[in-house]
Amino acid sequence: MKNARHILAMLCALVVAAAVHAGPAAAETIKIGVAGAHSGDLASYGLPTVKAAELVVNDINARGGINGKKVELLIEDDVCKPEIATNTATKLISQGAHVIIGHICSGATKAALPIYKESGTIVISPSATNPDLTQSGDYPNFYRTIASDDAQARTEVDFAVKVLGVRKIAIIHDKGDYGKGLAEFAKTFVEQSGAAEVVLYEGVTPGAVDYSAVVQKIRRSQAEAVIFGGYHPEASKIVTQMRKKKMETIFISDDGVKDDTFIKVAGQYAEGVYATGPADVTANPLAMAAREAHVTAYGVEPGAFFDNAYAAALAITHALEQAGSTEPGAIADALRTKEVATPFGNIHFDERGDATGVGFSVYQVQNGQYIQVQ
Amino acid sequence: MDYFIELFFSGLTRGSIYALIALGYTMVYGIIGLINFAHGEIYMIGAFTALIVSTVLSIYNMPLAAILVLTVLASAIWAGAYGFTVEKLAYKPLRKAPRLSPLISAIGMSIFLQNYVLLAQTPDFLPFPPLIPEFAFMEPVSGVIGSSELVILTMTTSLMLLLTLFIKFTRLGKAMRATAQDRTMARLVGINVNMIISATFIIGSGLAAIGGLLIASHIGQINFFIGFIAGIKAFTAAVLGGIGSVPGAVLGSFILGLTESFATGYVSSDYEDVFAFSLLVLILIFRPAGLLGKSSAEKV
Repeated sequence: MKNARHILAMLCALVVAAAVHAGPAAAETIKIGVAGAHSGDLASYGLPTVKAAELVVNDINARGGINGKKVELLIEDDVCKPEIATNTATKLISQGAHVIIGHICSGATKAALPIYKESGTIVISPSATNPDLTQSGDYPNFYRTIASDDAQARTEVDFAVKVLGVRKIAIIHDKGDYGKGLAEFAKTFVEQSGAAEVVLYEGVTPGAVDYSAVVQKIRRSQAEAVIFGGYHPEASKIVTQMRKKKMETIFISDDGVKDDTFIKVAGQYAEGVYATGPADVTANPLAMAAREAHVTAYGVEPGAFFDNAYAAALAITHALEQAGSTEPGAIADALRTKEVATPFGNIHFDERGDATGVGFSVYQVQNGQYIQVQ
Repeated sequence: MDYFIELFFSGLTRGSIYALIALGYTMVYGIIGLINFAHGEIYMIGAFTALIVSTVLSIYNMPLAAILVLTVLASAIWAGAYGFTVEKLAYKPLRKAPRLSPLISAIGMSIFLQNYVLLAQTPDFLPFPPLIPEFAFMEPVSGVIGSSELVILTMTTSLMLLLTLFIKFTRLGKAMRATAQDRTMARLVGINVNMIISATFIIGSGLAAIGGLLIASHIGQINFFIGFIAGIKAFTAAVLGGIGSVPGAVLGSFILGLTESFATGYVSSDYEDVFAFSLLVLILIFRPAGLLGKSSAEKV
C-alpha cells in the first residue's frame, strides 16, 4: 500500500516534469548540459554526476528556478572516449546548452574543450584531474571542483614556502610512480616559487636496511625542510634516523604517509611531521544532506565523484543566479568572485579555473594523532 | 672530512649487518655447496622472535640490558631451531639429488616462510622497540655515529672474532673445516657429518637472527618482507668476498656497505645499487671466485 502511494507520487512528479519540458515555458529555460560516461566500462564514474545534477536542479526548480527561469538538463553520453566527446559537445551546443557540467574523464574533456571554447560555453568538470586542463591556459572557459593531479605537491610546497617560510628544501622520493611523480611536481613548484631552492633531489631504494647515508646527505645540504614523496615505511625510517641524529629538519609528506601505521611505527619520532591528505567532507552538513537526498531519491548510496559533482552543480547554478544572465563573461566573473556553499565548504575559483578549498589539507602529527592544521 | 667519517660509519654499520647474514650463506655453501635462499627469511624470523620476546619481557619491568641479552639469546636459539628444521625438511632428503633440486627447494622454503609469517603475524609494518639504549657518553658524537650503530659494530666484530676462534680451535670447528674440505673423507675418519651440517645451519641462523634483531632495533620497524632485500644484499656480499670463505664474506660485506654509503653520499642514492652491482661485476671479471675465494679444481 505504501509502495503504491510512493509510485503514484513518482508518477505525479513525472507528469509535472513532463509538463515543464513540453510546456511553452521551454523557451525560457536555462539549459545545462551534463556530459560524461553514462554507459560502458566507466559508466560508474559518470552516472553519479547525472544524479547529483538532477538532485540540485530538482531542488532549484522546486524553489522556482534561477531568477524565475526553470532549469532543464540535457544529458549526453560520451563513453569517456575523446573521439565521441567531440560529437557530444557539438550536439549539446546545437541543442542550446548554456553551461556544461562535465566531462568526466580527462582525455574526453580535453577533446571536447576546444568546441566549447569556440562557442564560449562555460564547462565545469567534477572529475577531470589532468593538470594541463587548467594550467596550460588554453581553456579559459574550463573550471573544476576536483584537485588536479599535482595539487598535492602544490599544497606541500605552498605550505613549506608560504606558511613555514622555508628557504632550503630537500626533495626525497622512493623511485615509485606515485612518489617520484609527486617529487617531480614539488621540485618544479619550488623552483617556480622563486622564494626557496631545492638543495637536494634524491631517490632512495625502498626496503633498504638503513638510510643513514641519505640522512647525512640531507644534513650536509643544510635543508630546512624535507619533502618526501612515497609511502610510510620509508618515511618512518628516514624520520627516525633524522631525529636520532638530532636533526630538527621539518618533514613534509603526502597521503601515502598520512596513515595511522606511520604514527604507530615511528612513535615519538612522528611528532611534528606534516602530511597532506584529502579534506574530510563527511562531517559537512551539505555533504550529509546531499547524501541523504540521494538515498531518498534513488535508494542507494551515491557513487564516485558525487560530492564533486554536487559541488559543481551548486557552483554553476549559483553563478548563473549571481550573473543574472547566461552570458559567459558574467558567469565566469561570478564563479571567480562569488563564494558558494558546497559539500567542500565555501569555495570559489581561481583565475586558472581550479576551485579553492577543494583538494588537500595539511595535517600534523600532534600527540600521536593527525590534526588538520590547514 | 666530517662528512667522509659520517658516511664511513654508516657504511660500516650497513656492512656489519650484511656480514652477519652473509656468514650464514657462506658457511652453508662451504659445507654442502648449497645457496640457502631461505636464509633471509631466518633473519626476518629472528627479528619477529625478538619483537615478541622483548615485548613479553618488558611487561615484567626488567632492566633494558637484561631484556637485550635475553632477547638476543632467545631469538638466536629460536632461529637456530628454524635453521635446523629447514635443513632436515628441505635439504637433507635432497642431498644426493642433482644440484638444482635443493636450490629450488630453498626458494620454495623462502616463499613458504614469508607467507607463513604473513599469515601467522600480519602483513602490516610493526613498530620495533628500541632495545639498544641511547648512551649518555655517545651524546657529543651522536651526529656522526649513534649508540645503536656503535652497538651493532662492536657486537658484529666480537661475534666474528668468536666465530673465527671457534672454527680455528675447537673440535667442532675443526670437524666443520674437515667436512667442508671433503665430506666422504670426513665421514671415514669418524666425523658425524649430519651433525656438523646441522650445527652449521644452527650457527648461521643464530647469527642472522642477531643481525635481524640489531637492524630492527636500529630502524624501528619490521614486516614479513624485510628478509628478502637483506638476504639478496648479503648473498651479493658473500659472492663478492668469495662464497665459501668466512673472512671473504666479512670483507665482501664491508666493501658492499661502504660502496653503497659513499655512492649515496658523493653521487646519488638513485644509483646506490648500480654502483654496488657494477663493483660486483668488476670483481667477478678479474677474480671469478670472489676476493678471497679459492677456485677449486673439478673433483674427479
